Amino acid sequence: MERVIVAMQDPDMGVKMRNQRLLITVIPHAMTGNDVIEWLIQKYNITEEEARHLGGLLVQYGYIYPLRDPRSLLLRSDDSPYRFQTPYFWTSSRWPASELDYAIYLAKKNIRKQGELVDYEKENYSILHKRINHTWDFVVMQAREQLRASKQRRKADRIVLECQEQAYWLINKPCPGAFDVLDLGPERCNVLSSRVALIEHSRRALGRNRVKSSICLESFMKYSEQYLHHDPIMSGCLPSNPWISDDTAHWTINTDMVGTPTRLRVERWSFSFMELLNDSMGRREFMIYLEKEFSAENLCFWVACEDLRHGESSKIILKVEEVYKNFLAPGAARWVNIDSKTMERTLEGIKRPHRFIMDDAQMHIYFLMKKDSYPRYLKSELYKNMLAKAIVPQETKKSVFPFMRRQRHSSPSPAMVTQATEDDGKAKGAGPTGTSSTTNSQI
Amino acid sequence: IGSHNFKEICFFERNKSCKIYSLSFFFLLPASALTTGIYMIFSTNPEMATQEVQPNETLTNLKAESDTLKTKLEDERAKLHDVELHQVAEKVDGLGQFIMKTRRTLKGHGNKVLCMDWCKDKRRIVSSSQDGKVIVWDAFTTNKEHAVTMPCTWVMACAYAPSGCAVACGGLDNKCSVYPLSLDKNENLAAKKKSVAMHTNYLSACSFTNSDMQILTSSGDGTCALWDVESGQLLQSFHGHTADVLCLDLAPSETGNTFVSGGCDKKANVWDMRSGQCIQSFETHESDINSVRYYPSGDAFASGSDDATCRLYDLRADREVAIYSKESIIFGASSVDFSLSGRLLFGGYNDYTINVWDVLKGTRVSILFGHENRVSTLRLSPDGTAFCTGSWDHTLRIWA
Repeated sequence: MERVIVAMQDPDMGVKMRNQRLLITVIPHAMTGNDVIEWLIQKYNITEEEARHLGGLLVQYGYIYPLRDPRSLLLRSDDSPYRFQTPYFWTSSRWPASELDYAIYLAKKNIRKQGELVDYEKENYSILHKRINHTWDFVVMQAREQLRASKQRRKADRIVLECQEQAYWLINKPCPGAFDVLDLGPERCNVLSSRVALIEHSRRALGRNRVKSSICLESFMKYSEQYLHHDPIMSGCLPSNPWISDDTAHWTINTDMVGTPTRLRVERWSFSFMELLNDSMGRREFMIYLEKEFSAENLCFWVACEDLRHGESSKIILKVEEVYKNFLAPGAARWVNIDSKTMERTLEGIKRPHRFIMDDAQMHIYFLMKKDSYPRYLKSELYKNMLAKAIVPQETKKSVFPFMRRQRHSSPSPAMVTQATEDDGKAKGAGPTGTSSTTNSQI
Repeated sequence: IGSHNFKEICFFERNKSCKIYSLSFFFLLPASALTTGIYMIFSTNPEMATQEVQPNETLTNLKAESDTLKTKLEDERAKLHDVELHQVAEKVDGLGQFIMKTRRTLKGHGNKVLCMDWCKDKRRIVSSSQDGKVIVWDAFTTNKEHAVTMPCTWVMACAYAPSGCAVACGGLDNKCSVYPLSLDKNENLAAKKKSVAMHTNYLSACSFTNSDMQILTSSGDGTCALWDVESGQLLQSFHGHTADVLCLDLAPSETGNTFVSGGCDKKANVWDMRSGQCIQSFETHESDINSVRYYPSGDAFASGSDDATCRLYDLRADREVAIYSKESIIFGASSVDFSLSGRLLFGGYNDYTINVWDVLKGTRVSILFGHENRVSTLRLSPDGTAFCTGSWDHTLRIWA
């Protein structure tokens, strides 16, 4: 902010300053709200809305203060006069506003014009009166002295100094309930640096394999292009974006186990192996395909390993035993074909089972499926049929009466859905059905 | 050593060629003054005589060595940097006008909203605020479904479990607690609370990993940690940041084993969840990193910082590849997220606005007004149809 303020005060390129009228007094070196906004628009090449917002923040943080209506820290885009706050009072100087200074300020106001203090100021005044009662004579004396000194100033200077001080206190002792500019959230402390760890890390990093920027950046282009039509914010979504139209059809036709999936969804399975596996319907279809190819044990193994990795700590030993029995033991019902080295390592590791013991084997099978079964699945009749019968929903026509809002129906909470299926004795995978119901269930 | 009045950090350095170990102590006194403690050099080889080295000498050597390595690393990184992102992006079409509006305003928090997360059902969210309230909403209908009052203020972190059956939250209580979501109206959610994580300073962020069983946390104590929910056991801890860690994000990769964190030390670190090692580190920001988020492909991540910029870091090129900044943006970015295709980057800022950036071209596409105080949190919905922002103005907004 200070960078902006300094630029604004530049004698050549800064905001146009001139004498402004405030009722009958002429204030030197002031500017209009309009001038500030114009300058911001010019300098930063932004719209009027943004300039008004930015200028408004400069006032809220006390770097510019209003001369007319000094209690309201707003930037008006008209000929209201404003001035730059003196650096002495800048928010960043952050020296704590002392109680004594505040008391003197309030006392001055009180003496100058009875009833000029507003409610919260009156309250603060009486609280301070109680708290620093022992120095109250000093407070009143100081206040009187300062008032006398200011009476000897020119009216224009007096007004300026009063407004300056007022703006400072409006920010440091804001009205309760008003926005407190100085509120920055919990303190962030700093811990000491460890040079040695840094050295170790840098040494390791030097040995890293890096890829040329041109190749990496090219991949961003490709990714964005590939997913362009799948990005609802970029390309809209069919039949309509539920948040805009209040119609949840888009969610209904994309539920986990819907009868016929949408075309976009099936297309997405061809983008990467991970996309296929992450979609529960895609995974189910892939499983059907693998069963035809008699290699379904690979996917089952992968699923079991995922369950091991992400499951409860207490079940690890049990799960490792299960995996061994079903997939790795010689003569196992669903024996998976892993290379001998990995198999040896895994079997050795099973003696001391932990969460990540199947990682190597799991990766081997994952890449096997990715390089072999997955591309063949995409070329298969099964996938092609899926794509052919996939639906492309019609775009919902905009309502004739744009002001009629649809009723927004609630949906069953995932917590409830999972509870229900658990009662059936079967654990459901992640992801609720999310179908909308017409009853507004009050939960 | 080990007294609760001060912390000590000690580390070993091994000089491989002559098997000399140096052991250094730094004492942090309560008044935050720093004194270097005793330096001792001792050897495992009984034939070598023990030497005493002046503390200043060792410290200067260490500094010189780490600085040299840092420069070397920058040179290595620069060697393969043959083109800038906006150059590659020249052939891509520019984006037209973007009209995004607030579609829902969620009112109900009595104080600053600090964090929010989406449920996998694409419409429910959990949000937490300064006064200790954690609320679960159906953002589509704007109905509140659950509310919990935490025993602490400044609940800076909250997360929705993948199953949709629980939420995790924490803040100034230094803990991360998991609340199972019960649908029985008479049940007091707070009663079922389970304390999972324990840090020695405030909890800044938390996230479930692929299941309800594990939680990843980051804290003001400078560490991140992985916890087992069931037992509350610490599975792995991640040391390397030299100041408060403020944010983290899990990688959407095939092998699903890494995450990135950002902190007050201006560093963004990428970690291996299995080993606890920091595998990559980036330090180009000029101030605290408030938010980190992976690019949808997992090959890069974006960061938002108090230095008023957002940046993009490519993991394979191992460098920063873009800076999103504008002279008129002078307030810090508190929270960032990508659109589904990764083409747009949404940034919530401390000047109450949201700036929308074209990730490829590096230009700002749009600025969104609406909040009346800082935007503290921003997340895209799971299906990319909208994003949600939470603000110090006590409200949450859904934009689409």
